[in-house]
Amino acid sequence: MYCNLYLYKEHKEEESEVAVGKIREAIYGIHHMDETASKDRWMQNLHPLAKLLTAFVYIFVVVSFDKYDLPGLAVMGLYLFVLFFFGKFSLFRAVRQMKVILAVSAAVGIANPFLDHSVWMEAGGFVITGGMISMITLMLKGIYAVLESYLLIVSTSIEEICYALQCLKIPKTFITVILLIYRYMIVLLKEAERIMLAYEMRAPGQKGVHWKAWGSLAGQLLLRSIDRAQIVYESMMLRGYDGTFRLIRKKENTAQSLVYGIGWILIFLLYRCFCEYLR
Amino acid sequence: MQTIEISHLSFAYGDEPVLSDVCFQAEGEETIGIIGANGVGKSTLLKIIVGILPEYQGSLKICGMEAERKNLAQIREKTGYVFQDSESQLFMSNVYEDVAFAPRNYGYPEEEVRRRTERALDMVHIKDLQEKQIYRLSGGQKKLASIATILSTNPEIILLDEPSVALDPKNRRNLIRILKELPGMKIIASHDLDMVWDTCSRTILMSDGRIIADGNTKELLTKQDLLEAHGLELPMFVAGQQSMQQKK
Repeated sequence: MYCNLYLYKEHKEEESEVAVGKIREAIYGIHHMDETASKDRWMQNLHPLAKLLTAFVYIFVVVSFDKYDLPGLAVMGLYLFVLFFFGKFSLFRAVRQMKVILAVSAAVGIANPFLDHSVWMEAGGFVITGGMISMITLMLKGIYAVLESYLLIVSTSIEEICYALQCLKIPKTFITVILLIYRYMIVLLKEAERIMLAYEMRAPGQKGVHWKAWGSLAGQLLLRSIDRAQIVYESMMLRGYDGTFRLIRKKENTAQSLVYGIGWILIFLLYRCFCEYLR
Repeated sequence: MQTIEISHLSFAYGDEPVLSDVCFQAEGEETIGIIGANGVGKSTLLKIIVGILPEYQGSLKICGMEAERKNLAQIREKTGYVFQDSESQLFMSNVYEDVAFAPRNYGYPEEEVRRRTERALDMVHIKDLQEKQIYRLSGGQKKLASIATILSTNPEIILLDEPSVALDPKNRRNLIRILKELPGMKIIASHDLDMVWDTCSRTILMSDGRIIADGNTKELLTKQDLLEAHGLELPMFVAGQQSMQQKK
C-alpha cells in the first residue's frame, strides 16, 4: 500500500514537472544557440554581414519560386544540406528546437489540395493535383526559411547579427530594441520557470495551472520580470549606457567571408535566373 | 581624492519614508560597512549615492560634485555599484563582453577597452573565465564577474550591496580576500557582520532609516546590547571569543 502510494506520488510529480521542464528546455535552447554561435569554427568566424546577406538572399530566392516549381525548389535544399554538414550543425537538434515553427510553416499550404484540383500527373490510378504540388512547395519554402534562420542564429551571436544590421545602417533604435527584447526574453523565461516551479511544488499532481491561478500567476510574472528587467537596465545605465549599444567585432575580417557571401549569393541568383534552362 | 559628503538626506518611496536625516562623510581609501536589519534603507542609500534614485531631499556630494542630473555621468564613472543579484547585473553573452561594456560606453578605443577589461578580470582572478558564457558561471564566479564589470572603469568609490549573500564559505573567504586587495573607497552594505568585521575599518549602524551609530568597526561590533536593540546579533567570531572568555 505504502509502495503504491509512493509510486503514485512519484508519477504525479513527474507529470507536474512537465511545464517547468518545457520552460527550462526553452532556456537551455537559447543558451545552447548562444554557445554554439560563440564556438571557434569556420562558419562562426565568418563576418556576420556575409552570413546575414546570404540568408536574406537565400530566403528571397526560395520564396520567389513558382508554386508549381517543385524540382527547382528542391535543389535549393542542397545549400542547407551543405551548411549543416560542413558547419557541423545537427539537423536533428534543429528540427527539435524549431518543431513548433516548422509545423506552423509546414501547415500553411494545407488547404491547397482542396482548392486546386487541376490534374498534373496520373500514375497507376493515383492522381497528383496542382494543389498537392503547391502544398509541398509552400511547405518547403517555409521549412527552408526556418532552417536558414536557424543556421544564421546558431552560427552568429545576437550581438554579431546586430553588428551586421549596424553595418547595413539600420536605425540604432531598431537594433537596440532587438537586443533588449532578446535580453528580456531570457529574463521572462527564467522568472516564468521560478514561478512555475514554486506553483508546482505546492500543487502536486495537478496538470498545468488551475484556471483560478492564471490571473495572479500572469500578474506575478509580469511584475517580477519588470523588476528584474529594471535591475538590468539600472546596471546598464550605471555603466554608461546612453541608449546605444556599442557593438564591436573582435574577430578578423577574412577573405573567406567575402568568398562565402559573394559565392553563395551569385550561385543563388544565377540558379534562379537559369534553372529553367538547366532542365 | 575620493570623498562622499551626505548631509540631512531623506528619501521616501511615495508616502513611505525610507531614509530620514542621514548625515555622514567619508574620504580616502576607507572601507565602510553599512549594517542594519532587513529593510532599514541600506540598499536605498547606496542607490541614492550612485544616482539610481535621484528624488531625495538634502545634500549629497560625490568627489566634490553635487549629485545632480548634469553630473550624473561623471559620478557614475567615478563610482561602481555591485548589485545584490549578480545574475541580473550580468546581461551580455560572455564574461569579456560584460566587463568590456562600460569602457566601450565611455568611448575608449578598443585597445584600451581590452587592456581595462583584462586588468579588471585579473584583479578578481577570473581572467581564465573571460570567454565563458554567463549562465555557465557558478554563484561565486558571477559575483566576481559582476565586481569586474565595475572595475573596468577604475572607479574611485566602490559600493557593494550584500556581496556575500548566497556564497558558500570558500567563495565568501575568496571574496573577502579580493575586497581587501581592491584599491579606492569601498562601502559595503551587509548584514553579514563577520564579513564587515573582516573587511571594514569603519561601520555605520542603521535602523528605521536613520544612522544610529558610526565608528570603529572593532568597537561597534562588540556592543551586544546596541546590536540586539536594532535587530542584529554579534558577529560569530566575537560571540565565540566572548563565550570562551566566559568559560575561562
